[in-house]
Amino acid sequence: MNEGISIKRLVLRLLVLTVVMFAFGFALVPIYDVMCRAFGINGKTGGQYEGTQVSDPTRSVRVQFMSTNASDMVWDFYSTADQIDVNPGAVNQMIFVARNPTDKPMTAQAIPSITPSEAAAYFHKTECFCFSQQVLQPGERIEMPVRFIVDRDLPKDVKHLTLAYTLFDITARQPPVAHVATPPAQSAR
Amino acid sequence: MSAVIDDHGHADHDHAHGPAKGLMRWVLTTNHKDIGTMYLWFSFCAFLLGGSFAMVIRAELFQPGLQIVEPAFFNQMTTMHGLVMVFGAVMPAFVGLANWMIPLMIGAPDMALPRMNNFSFWLLPAAFLLLVSTLFMPGGGPNFGWTFYAPLSTTYAPESVTFFIFAIHLMGISSIMGAINVIATILNLRAPGMTLMKMPLFVWTWLITAFLLIAVMPVLAGVVTMMLMDIHFGTSFFSAAGGGDPVLFQHVFWFFGHPEVYIMILPAFGAVSSIIPAFSRKPLFGYTSMVYATGAIAFLSFIVWAHHMFVVGIPVVGELFFMYATMLIAVPTGVKVFNWVSTMWEGSLTFETPMLFAIAFVILFTIGGFSGLMLAIAPADFQYHDTYFVVAHFHYVLVPGAIFGIFASAYYWLPKWTGHMYDETLGKLHFWLSFIGMNLAFFPMHFVGLAGMPRRVPDYNLQFADFNMVSSIGAFTFGATQIFFLFIVIKCIRGGKPAPAKPWDGAEGLEWSVPSPAPYHTFQTPPEVK
Repeated sequence: MNEGISIKRLVLRLLVLTVVMFAFGFALVPIYDVMCRAFGINGKTGGQYEGTQVSDPTRSVRVQFMSTNASDMVWDFYSTADQIDVNPGAVNQMIFVARNPTDKPMTAQAIPSITPSEAAAYFHKTECFCFSQQVLQPGERIEMPVRFIVDRDLPKDVKHLTLAYTLFDITARQPPVAHVATPPAQSAR
Repeated sequence: MSAVIDDHGHADHDHAHGPAKGLMRWVLTTNHKDIGTMYLWFSFCAFLLGGSFAMVIRAELFQPGLQIVEPAFFNQMTTMHGLVMVFGAVMPAFVGLANWMIPLMIGAPDMALPRMNNFSFWLLPAAFLLLVSTLFMPGGGPNFGWTFYAPLSTTYAPESVTFFIFAIHLMGISSIMGAINVIATILNLRAPGMTLMKMPLFVWTWLITAFLLIAVMPVLAGVVTMMLMDIHFGTSFFSAAGGGDPVLFQHVFWFFGHPEVYIMILPAFGAVSSIIPAFSRKPLFGYTSMVYATGAIAFLSFIVWAHHMFVVGIPVVGELFFMYATMLIAVPTGVKVFNWVSTMWEGSLTFETPMLFAIAFVILFTIGGFSGLMLAIAPADFQYHDTYFVVAHFHYVLVPGAIFGIFASAYYWLPKWTGHMYDETLGKLHFWLSFIGMNLAFFPMHFVGLAGMPRRVPDYNLQFADFNMVSSIGAFTFGATQIFFLFIVIKCIRGGKPAPAKPWDGAEGLEWSVPSPAPYHTFQTPPEVK
């Protein structure tokens, strides 16, 4: 009846497998992040870009800007221009404006996304308000710069990219403190 | 735990004369037949409950416009129908069949871990009381679809979602313990001479199903745990505001969800592979290829999950990979279908109720497989996604697939369980009413789906009115017919023509070597398998 391995050991191994698979479910979270970054899935952009590139004046890429409020977010939020034409390799800047129309201090977090998603890996932000949270006092207005480089290696068929920001109200998660500089970025976005 | 097995000689003194009396017999039992019976009854109750939710859905969709229920309640009905049918009806039914039949098929005296067996059953009523009680809570029960996509199930969920999460945890623990028990029984308690490649296919498919369960139920537990942490502990696994990603939920969920659909169908494959040879009076064609095909399906089920989410914005390379991998599943499945057909080829066929259900299984499951192939085509899926075509597809694989497989098994083994033959005329009537009702209910859904009717919406465009009325009439027929099935089973338990040890002359297997009804204890001394 018994094929060499006792029931006790078999059950132990199966329990270990169960625990391993439970852990694997959680391991999928960092694996997913790595995959998204490696393959540019879901338009996730990398963290702050430290390098520099030489501008390529022979090529022009149109970058469009979108700003969206997540549900329940009441701030005014927009970019100062809808689109600009940029040369790959050059450093460009776009100003986004946010205003808190309420009578309470609030904290916000912007989440960027690039379309088409294959281009996300070639879109480098050297400075972005999305690297940190924004705290605005009642009625306060802020101008937030984004500086970015479109990589010279951007695939030739991509002539058009969209940088979309969604602004989330995270006041409940991160209560706004007195009017001081925003804390440094905890993690790359 | 091996001590439980070693003790068998002693334990037999206590209840060698049969089961204990009264209610405590069922609460405390460690007998695989008792536990199998309880699983089957539990599953049937859940089937009627989930079915009554479906009746509410079909009543609302009988005509366009909002007539009977509020949209919010309609959402709870679609969600609960899915959850109760998947986790309450289909899965426990197969565990019940496994409990009853696997020890009988491999010549074992009981399951390997009888006490754990009792525990894994009794977790289920607790889990489902928890789940169903959410319907009576303020804010209502789960309303986010059985796939509970974040953020619907996190940010926008009703208050009761925490109870839903714990119910899923309990069901998961129950399924994992059941799976461990099945594996331990099959690998350790086979009678001498019963080599792996001599096992009936039901045992084989259950062995593979059990490994699938152990591989993916913990992932389901993980994903609901992440939801719990997002809702109550301020994490952001699925919240974009905190750096998470709602699409991650879909990846983790379908990593569980796709193997899950094979968990619901593989044991039916196994049962049908016993039933078709019995009524064809020929051995199963291509036994070895059946085993390998099952293994191949199980393996492929892990690498196709993203075909459920073609529209979330996967890179083209990813869409192609998941499209081709999904289509590849048609190969081992085709092997199985051709093997069943070849088994019937030139056989001496008779069409008793189990055989009718088994043949309908082969034909209708294949139709569901074909609509699955259509859905696998990524560019076409953009059109079909979240329409009634998807609903038609998965009901064609689950109702005449899993459910008809369970009906076929129930009729096939009822004489062994009860010692009486069921009423053949009533059985056939049950089959034909189910067959007609089911096709009437689900076939028109293909048409309205292709024409663009979205799923999970309580109202629809006027152009879909006729087909929806036909669907509803079919669904009411199918639903009412199942009450009739209850009557047939009770009639069979209470009396009927005494069943011989082997009521089907073409049947093969150790389960037919014990008398009918199967004694409370069987194979105390292992049989010799040649």
